[in-house]
Amino acid sequence: MDFVRLVPGFPLLGVVLVALTGRFLGRRGTALVACGAVGLAFAVALGVTGALLQTPPESREVEVSLFTWAAVSDFQVDVSLLLDPLSAVMILVVSGVGFLIHVYSVGYMAQDPGFRRYFAYLNLFVFSMVILVLAGNFLLLYVGWELVGLCSYLLISFWYERKEAAKAGMKAFVTTRIGDFGFALGIFLIFATFHTLDYAEVFGSASQVLTTGLATAITLLLFLGAVGKSAQIPLYVWLPDAMEGPTPVSALIHAATMVTAGVYMVTRTHVLFELAPISMLVVAVIGAATAFYAATIATAQDDIKRVLAYSTISQLGYMFLAVGVGAYAAGIFHLTTHAFFKALMFLGAGSVMHALAGEQDIQKMGGLRWTMPLTSITFLAGWLAISGIPPFSGFFSKDEILASAFASGQILLWLVGVITAGITAFYMSRQVFLVFFGEPRYSQHTAIHAEHRSVPHESPWIMTIPLAILAVLAALGGFLGPVLEDFLGPVFAASEARQSLPPLNEAALIILSVAAAGLGIFIAWLGYIRRGVDPKLVAARLGLVYRLVRNKYYVDEVYHALLIRPVWQAASVLATAVDQAGIDGVVNALGSIMQSAGRGLRRVQTGFVRSYALIFLVGVLLVLAISTLR
Amino acid sequence: MPTTQELIAISPEIILALWALSVMFLDLLIAQSRKSILAYWSLLGLLLAGGAEFSLWGREEILFQGAFVQDNLSLFLDLVLLLATGLSLLMAKGYIKDLEMEHGEYYTLTLFATLGGMLMAGAGDLLIVFLGLEVLSLSLYVLSGFRRTEPMAQEASLKYFLLGAFASGFLLYGIALVFGSTGTTLLGGIAVAITEGGLLGDPLLLLGLGLLGVGLSFKVALVPFHMWTPDVYEGAPTPVAGYMSVVAKAAGFAAALRIFLSAFLQLAGDWTLLLSLLALLTMSGGNIIALAQSNMKRLLAYSSIAHAGYILLGVIALNSWGLSSVLFYLAAYGFMNLGAFAVIVALRDGEREYLALNDYAGLGSRHPLLALSMAIFMLSLAGVPPTAGFLAKFYIFGAAVQAGYGWLAILAVLNSVLAAFYYLRVIVIMYMREPAGQVAKMTHSPALALAIFLAVIGTVQLGLFPAAVVELAQASLFPFLGS
Amino acid sequence: MPGCKTYAILFPAMLQDYLLLAVLLVVATIFPIGGLITAFIIRPHRPGKIKGDTYECGLETIGETWVQFRVQYYIYALVFLIFDIETIFLLPWAVAYNQLGLFSLIEMFIFLALLLGGLVYAWRKGALEWI
Repeated sequence: MDFVRLVPGFPLLGVVLVALTGRFLGRRGTALVACGAVGLAFAVALGVTGALLQTPPESREVEVSLFTWAAVSDFQVDVSLLLDPLSAVMILVVSGVGFLIHVYSVGYMAQDPGFRRYFAYLNLFVFSMVILVLAGNFLLLYVGWELVGLCSYLLISFWYERKEAAKAGMKAFVTTRIGDFGFALGIFLIFATFHTLDYAEVFGSASQVLTTGLATAITLLLFLGAVGKSAQIPLYVWLPDAMEGPTPVSALIHAATMVTAGVYMVTRTHVLFELAPISMLVVAVIGAATAFYAATIATAQDDIKRVLAYSTISQLGYMFLAVGVGAYAAGIFHLTTHAFFKALMFLGAGSVMHALAGEQDIQKMGGLRWTMPLTSITFLAGWLAISGIPPFSGFFSKDEILASAFASGQILLWLVGVITAGITAFYMSRQVFLVFFGEPRYSQHTAIHAEHRSVPHESPWIMTIPLAILAVLAALGGFLGPVLEDFLGPVFAASEARQSLPPLNEAALIILSVAAAGLGIFIAWLGYIRRGVDPKLVAARLGLVYRLVRNKYYVDEVYHALLIRPVWQAASVLATAVDQAGIDGVVNALGSIMQSAGRGLRRVQTGFVRSYALIFLVGVLLVLAISTLR
Repeated sequence: MPTTQELIAISPEIILALWALSVMFLDLLIAQSRKSILAYWSLLGLLLAGGAEFSLWGREEILFQGAFVQDNLSLFLDLVLLLATGLSLLMAKGYIKDLEMEHGEYYTLTLFATLGGMLMAGAGDLLIVFLGLEVLSLSLYVLSGFRRTEPMAQEASLKYFLLGAFASGFLLYGIALVFGSTGTTLLGGIAVAITEGGLLGDPLLLLGLGLLGVGLSFKVALVPFHMWTPDVYEGAPTPVAGYMSVVAKAAGFAAALRIFLSAFLQLAGDWTLLLSLLALLTMSGGNIIALAQSNMKRLLAYSSIAHAGYILLGVIALNSWGLSSVLFYLAAYGFMNLGAFAVIVALRDGEREYLALNDYAGLGSRHPLLALSMAIFMLSLAGVPPTAGFLAKFYIFGAAVQAGYGWLAILAVLNSVLAAFYYLRVIVIMYMREPAGQVAKMTHSPALALAIFLAVIGTVQLGLFPAAVVELAQASLFPFLGS
Repeated sequence: MPGCKTYAILFPAMLQDYLLLAVLLVVATIFPIGGLITAFIIRPHRPGKIKGDTYECGLETIGETWVQFRVQYYIYALVFLIFDIETIFLLPWAVAYNQLGLFSLIEMFIFLALLLGGLVYAWRKGALEWI
């Protein structure tokens, strides 16, 4: 199982090869190296997971120490990888979905001049994310945490000539930094309390060392980091803007992997969270609130990627709801299925945009199911999965979360979850109906592709094959549920299992949530297929509410007015006052001194040395006074 | 009469001395057009001396009745000195040729200066400290004025000389007072005399110690003994400035460690307040003034002052963690600071140097590799993980916290936040600003590229895999403090 | 001796050595000043032009005496210093030669070689040529 070091090793090798020799490899070679690196990482991940399965469930925890990073006397931090069922699932998701997206990117980015740079960043991201999930201590976790943030920044502003892209990258960086600040403080607090950063030691002694107050402080600080990274209220604003990056990047980083790092981190540190009931409640409430809130925004967006972005925020809320009520396995299960169907839909959206020369407005699409059959079918699988229609994967994982919430006694949170499920079904159906059904509304202009075809066409096989694989996973991934729960069981053995509900109640819950989903789809069908209800009329009728939702509750504007503008103004005042008057003044004064000194250079020079010596002498007197008098 | 064993134990110093002389005589035989042979010859000498150091590791020799000590501490510091010298010679080779000052004396003096530093690192007697200091200083006075047709260089050299002589006077006076009080200049003897003679509160001794401190503070440029630093760095040839910033500092701290550890350990309580004050003044003074600099060399001069303040924290902590972190910091600082100077050396168009900060605009797109190296050095100087500078700061501050100087560590962290501002500004200028007028040109040279490459490797290596060097540093201090 | 005790209280043991120095200092000051004063008292006083002239190696001075010297003059002085140091070191060595043995012979030759090297260096660099 020492081979686990190859999981981050291969992508790192990929980065080095692509960055250093990409010039000689050419496009084909670069693509081969980059995809091969991640593919090999996935193969190794499969191998070590298989090896893990061979061992008895109680001892499925391997720590591979690579080297000692920082060591002084009694304090030591190793760069060590921790392989247990939780990290095994995570590396499988990261490298597996990552590999498919790499392959897809070869087609999607084929014409881009920054091909090599793109794959270097993408490999670097996979490396960083693997480090994050495999880290055996908090310091390495932090390093991975910062590295994925850096990659996210680089990839969002990949097309940095576009002003919005550069701005979006900056926004993501700054917003997540706020969370990271809390995260770093949390780690400091852990170090101050435990004098170690090793997972095993911290978790092992947590129940004896921590008081409830201290545990609450630590976990809330850690959760602040998760809120930033996983785009929850109130730090979610960066994720929709992050859609300025290339679409495969949105699929990989801003849907399937990096944004779920917060969920992973809370799950990993669940030992600490369970010592702090208040923190657990905060996690669950923030999760449920975000799920509902982001879903409402998604109902009124027209940008194909932004709908998906808000949907991602909403689904991440579900995951936090799950871990907040102690259903960690359910949270990771939903994380996995979400990685499948959301990556699928992002890639599908990318495929649509590819065909329509970059068009992103769903009002200008329609009828694509005839021209892009494969994309449509796979997208439909994702749609049914996220809407929670059995037997698609999203149904199982979402149902598991809702049942857990109900069983834990948080009826209100459960209700929010069910309503959100209905809204989710509605906005996804709206998107599907507007994009793939109905009459084509794209003008001839947007449809003309580089190859001068008059109609939109299906994407090349290198893009559709990953779509097909993801579609199968999105459709059937739900049946992995029991296996996954069984596999993850030992990790959460210490925490109490959820009280199982009577079968009748369980069935009632399932029927309720499926009914909510069905209702959502039906309303969308009424509005966008049958045209029985005119959505515009409904929007007008709703008035203020619609405007609020349409404009994302004006949160960006509020942040801008309350936070960004004052800081900016203060900075510019400082810049003019200090920089121009102060520093420039000093510089100018120095310049004029130099000029006036021109004539009597020698005299000024001795003058300088004399004053230097005087200051020196003052120092000597100071030293002598302190050293003898004390 | 020295025994063979003693001669073997001091062989690195002997090799270096002979090598410096040989460079001087070779210079007489070599035509002006082929002077660069001397650079390779000098590097060979450094390699030999370094090899001798390695073979002596773990020997713990006390030589010449205690006047000189060749233990792991001196070997570690010697290796840092030799490495820094090697890097600066690689930088200098093309530079002094382009600026028409390619004289053999450059190499001779550099080697002699390093020899002086090595004497300080292994000194077992205050007079050897003084001897080493003078050998180092006299060479540096000449080197800093090496471009003798330039008024700036003349000014730098003269200023450095005057103030250096001033400081040497204080150091010598301190030695005299200590001798007057204890009756010996041997470091070990002083410690014995303090215990046996009950000299703990002796004002003469404290006065002497204070003056010794002044002399060394000048060498490592602590505020308020720092005034010469920016002027001299600016006037001196750039490789010399880089060399001084590392070698003089390392040698000064080496002597300070020797003196305080071997002779005055019992007086530890008496100097912490003073040193804390000096550290605080030095960090804050260096960083604040550095903020307003627009010249790269002056910026690095003030930055080097600030770093001396950080290093002082480790001396104050005075536990095994703190002192080994001083050694680690010196090694890390050697790589990152010389690297930064090497980039400055590279950024010139034959004779014209680009020293203004604004000249770095657009470097990111024009010379991506050079800009990347500079970015690494700046990040490391700022203390961003996972570079050498981060771990060095981490160790030093951690040691201060462990020794109960939490307040000092907090002030130091605040200082490094402040410092990050001007280091990152260099990166911002390189990557995010378009050049206003003429684009800075770069001079290619294999030796210089090797220097930058080695510095990058060192900076990254010490940041990612510091364990080996930390272990060496800890082993160096074992005889003084136990584990 | 009762006086001795007071003396010891007034001057701590360590400072006794310095007292000797102080005595020496006083004596050393009194001697030349006393000599000058005695000479002033007993000498005849007959000033003349030649007597009041500046003495410079027995030659008559020409022009101002407050002039700049060529820098090369100092280089000559430095080269001269080589021989000066050589003499200073050689003399005591020669006096004690019989007791010192083989090692000091080798040591002296190393020293001479270094000095000679310095001279060769200065020579080759053109320090001995008057330009």
